[in-house]
Amino acid sequence: MSENNPALEVRNLSIQFGGLKAVDDLSMTIEKGALYGLIGPNGAGKTTVFNMLTGVYKPTSGSVLLEGENITGRSPTEINKAGIARTFQNIRLFKAMSVLDNVKAGLHNETHYTAIEGALRLPRYFREEKRVTEKAKELLGVFGLEKELDTKAQNLPYGKQRKLEIARALATDPKVLLLDEPAAGMNPNETAELMDTIRFVREKFDVTVLLIEHDMRLVSGICERVTVLNFGQELAQGETSAVLNDPKVITAYLGE
Amino acid sequence: MRKTTKNNLITFGGTTVLAVVMAVLSAAGALNSKTSGLLIPMGIYIILAISLNLTVGILGELSLGHAGFMCIGAYVSGAFSLVFQNTISPVWLRFSLAIIFGAVMAAVFGILIGIPVLRLRGDYLAIVTLGFGEIMKSIANNIYLTEDKNGLHFGFTNPPSGIDSETKRELLKGPIGMAAPQDTTIWAVIAVLLICLAILMMFIDSRSGRACMAVRDNYIAAQSVGINVTKYRLMAFTLSAAIAGAAGALYSHSISLLAAKKFDYNLSILILVFVVLGGLGSLRGSIIATIILYALPELFLREAGNLRMLLYAIILIVMMLWTNAPFGIRLRERILNSGFVMKLKAKFNRKKAGAGGAENE
Repeated sequence: MSENNPALEVRNLSIQFGGLKAVDDLSMTIEKGALYGLIGPNGAGKTTVFNMLTGVYKPTSGSVLLEGENITGRSPTEINKAGIARTFQNIRLFKAMSVLDNVKAGLHNETHYTAIEGALRLPRYFREEKRVTEKAKELLGVFGLEKELDTKAQNLPYGKQRKLEIARALATDPKVLLLDEPAAGMNPNETAELMDTIRFVREKFDVTVLLIEHDMRLVSGICERVTVLNFGQELAQGETSAVLNDPKVITAYLGE
Repeated sequence: MRKTTKNNLITFGGTTVLAVVMAVLSAAGALNSKTSGLLIPMGIYIILAISLNLTVGILGELSLGHAGFMCIGAYVSGAFSLVFQNTISPVWLRFSLAIIFGAVMAAVFGILIGIPVLRLRGDYLAIVTLGFGEIMKSIANNIYLTEDKNGLHFGFTNPPSGIDSETKRELLKGPIGMAAPQDTTIWAVIAVLLICLAILMMFIDSRSGRACMAVRDNYIAAQSVGINVTKYRLMAFTLSAAIAGAAGALYSHSISLLAAKKFDYNLSILILVFVVLGGLGSLRGSIIATIILYALPELFLREAGNLRMLLYAIILIVMMLWTNAPFGIRLRERILNSGFVMKLKAKFNRKKAGAGGAENE
């Protein structure tokens, strides 16, 4: 692995469900530290791309390289360990667990003691729990959730649930963070705040961000480059402002 | 102190005090013989309920074959005690070894069954575990184990072939059952119960327990944060099986003649009822529900004669609403947050603070 490898490289990625080619021959290169957007009309295959990147679906052909390492076809757990974390379009929190425990579950592979050490309360349990709890609290502080540590995740208001999901993803210490429609259901104020958060997260945690979004203000506001998908195929790719003004893209979104 | 730790200490302390008080009362002869006789089975059912709560409440998988694991523990430990009845001398040592052996074998079966079965989820898993329980019962019902001067003979026919009839001693007698030595005392039940309760509490409130709950709450998200879903499902399932095995060991040493037909579908469902009505994921709830639902029909509803089953059903429904229905939860919260309870709490806290102050002076 050389230092110059891009954070994430997608090569000719395709997936077929029966007769339907949901994603067809998609390639993109995301440089380290980039804020990259993946946009397109409903049903274009954006979330399917995320599911392939995170191992939920196995691509029919093509490959995914994380910092030069081929991770195609690995299980979701292995891909997370390799360094990709994600959030979901329809929020998937650990609903019945507290806010703090959600993040501590995210720190699972950061917590170094065995099940037996835990069940018998050996010294390493206390040391590690203390360290991990501090880390989780610090992370929650970044997202302004430090006052709600004991709240059940399902009782949080919607905006905070989205933030908690990002915090949980960051807890796994990823190289690449995938955000699936982070601004869905947010009002303009919340969206503006979210944009600041995403920028801040990229600096503070030194991650590369790939996001799916419909809110064009957010995309044009923070994404440096974008790829536009339409019917599973790449429609355009490049600098955000150039792509968003491309007549092809405007037609795809608004129709003829 | 953390809320979880505090809750666990309250549950553990409460259980200890209650169990010891009941045991002492029983030993002192303050309880009538019927009530005394209920204590051992009640303790065993509590162990079963808290172990099933790990599978159903914490892992979120419906298992209908819990009696199967209990059956393994009961038979393995019973056979162990019968074989070593005259060789291992202090009874407590033999009995401890029997319980451990029963639990370990139940755990081994938990792993063997768990590897294929835990590929399934939800309804499918429930059906397969149900089948497992019935298979275990049927196997146990047809095992013959006989000892003679040449050693042990094991088989599925009666009698196993090649037995010296002069020196034979039948240990397991197929459908007739097994007469394990009567080693189970109330203190043994209390000791096993408290150990299992402590292990479960500590397991749940650790990295592994969080992983199990994460899998329960959202399978896909649990994978996405790097949790090895299969590993933790298997771990919880196995621990649950081991504890059920220990309960089975206590059970087989507490009744004079144990027949395999006891470990049927109804027993698995009965334990599940205790768990569901006590509240999924709440060990304290399982304990309370088991005490109420086990003692009620035996102690009080006898008087009601024909109305017994009707009253029992009504109690089940009320408990279900209390623990699970939205208005039941609201009502409970309102009572817990009402002025009266708050006043009591404040009084209690002041007293504690006062006592602390006095000590400092």
